[in-house]
Amino acid sequence: MDIIHLTIIDREDFIHLLEAPVDMGLNLMEICKASDLPVMGTCGGMALCSSCHIYILSDHTLPEKTEAEENMLDQTFSVKPTSRLGCQLKISPAMNELVAKLAPESD
Amino acid sequence: MIETDIIIIGAGPCGLFAVFEAGLVKLRCHLIDSLPVPGGQCAEIYPKKPIYDIPGFQEILAGDLVANLEKQIAPFKPGFTLGERAEKLEKTEDDFFMVTTSHGTLLKAKIVFIAGGLGCFEPRKPPIENIAYFENKGLDYIIKDPEKYRHHKVVIAGGGDSALDWSIFLADVADEVVMIHRRTQFRGAPDSVEKLMHLAQSGKVRLITNAEVVGLRGLDKLQEVVIQQQDKENLVLPTDHFIPLFGLSPKLGPIADWQLLLYKNSISVNTLDYSTNVPGIFAIGDINDYPGKLKLILCGFHEATLAVQAAYRIIHPDKKLTFKYTTVNGVEAF
Repeated sequence: MDIIHLTIIDREDFIHLLEAPVDMGLNLMEICKASDLPVMGTCGGMALCSSCHIYILSDHTLPEKTEAEENMLDQTFSVKPTSRLGCQLKISPAMNELVAKLAPESD
Repeated sequence: MIETDIIIIGAGPCGLFAVFEAGLVKLRCHLIDSLPVPGGQCAEIYPKKPIYDIPGFQEILAGDLVANLEKQIAPFKPGFTLGERAEKLEKTEDDFFMVTTSHGTLLKAKIVFIAGGLGCFEPRKPPIENIAYFENKGLDYIIKDPEKYRHHKVVIAGGGDSALDWSIFLADVADEVVMIHRRTQFRGAPDSVEKLMHLAQSGKVRLITNAEVVGLRGLDKLQEVVIQQQDKENLVLPTDHFIPLFGLSPKLGPIADWQLLLYKNSISVNTLDYSTNVPGIFAIGDINDYPGKLKLILCGFHEATLAVQAAYRIIHPDKKLTFKYTTVNGVEAF
């Protein structure tokens, strides 16, 4: 599978259907930014800001959070059990049909 | 009042390197930064991260890059105003720029370089309704004088080094310290975590985990905090102070009010010399935007170099700037 499909809901509850290549080493934050969604990606993907904070709404199994991701989520707000940092989620076939919602801006 | 040739707003790597290029053509610089140390994002966000795309360095830690730049520019004796934010940028009657900082420091120069990166680092503020009302009325984002909290009740929120260290310190100052954290694990130094646990066991600090502050109440000042707890009812705690410690994040701040052409929080520039729409003001590094812009330190270095050439022509319109290689002339310190 070279392309996966993602559904991202923005902060105004508009639904965006995105396609993402699995073979370019991209992460979810980069896909959102490239699709002109309002994701700043301030730190460039180092889990050092929380501008790519996202809620995972579908029941996909994703890699566990690293300590860096947990630490960064500690410094942001509106955190839920479904919270992740988009920059820490590498686009992979396992994410096909993922549904996620952008968390409120806190940075 | 500080007078110089170039006021550089932002002392990150690009602002620092601009001092070097300016020094080569005998222009003096003074840098302003809201952080208490030079280095910008490299110092504040990722000092221990290796950078792999600084020319000449296979790998260099961000903090080491800043240290190297400080050594490189030392011969040109730059001035620094640190821990202050550039608030106002105005034109004077004699055709200079006057910058006023948050502490009232005045700086005057013919040229301003805005090397503000992503903006000023400001404390992250919890999304609590009416939080702005309680600022300086019991709510503090920064602890300037711990004595302020002596014999008072304090609620601290956060799970990192800052929250841990202040909870430990204020345990001997305040009458009551309550620390609120969203998780049960802390991300600070292990020693600090251990100390906090001892204080919690001895009752000197009340630790409430799996919780967060969701409300603030009070008439003319803060009197209560509302704490949301996982799987429990909300808790209302009387307090005199609430100190949320959630790190810093960058904001464009006053730069947005300086009549500069902006595009998505970046300053639009002319790629001829990285000048903005205001003659005499240049923008270099991550703060600027142009077709094809890459937010890389090495791009900022290049932009600083070209901006300095244009700055020289404004400051010395009657002089011809002869391009010289450092291999020929070396570095002549001020």
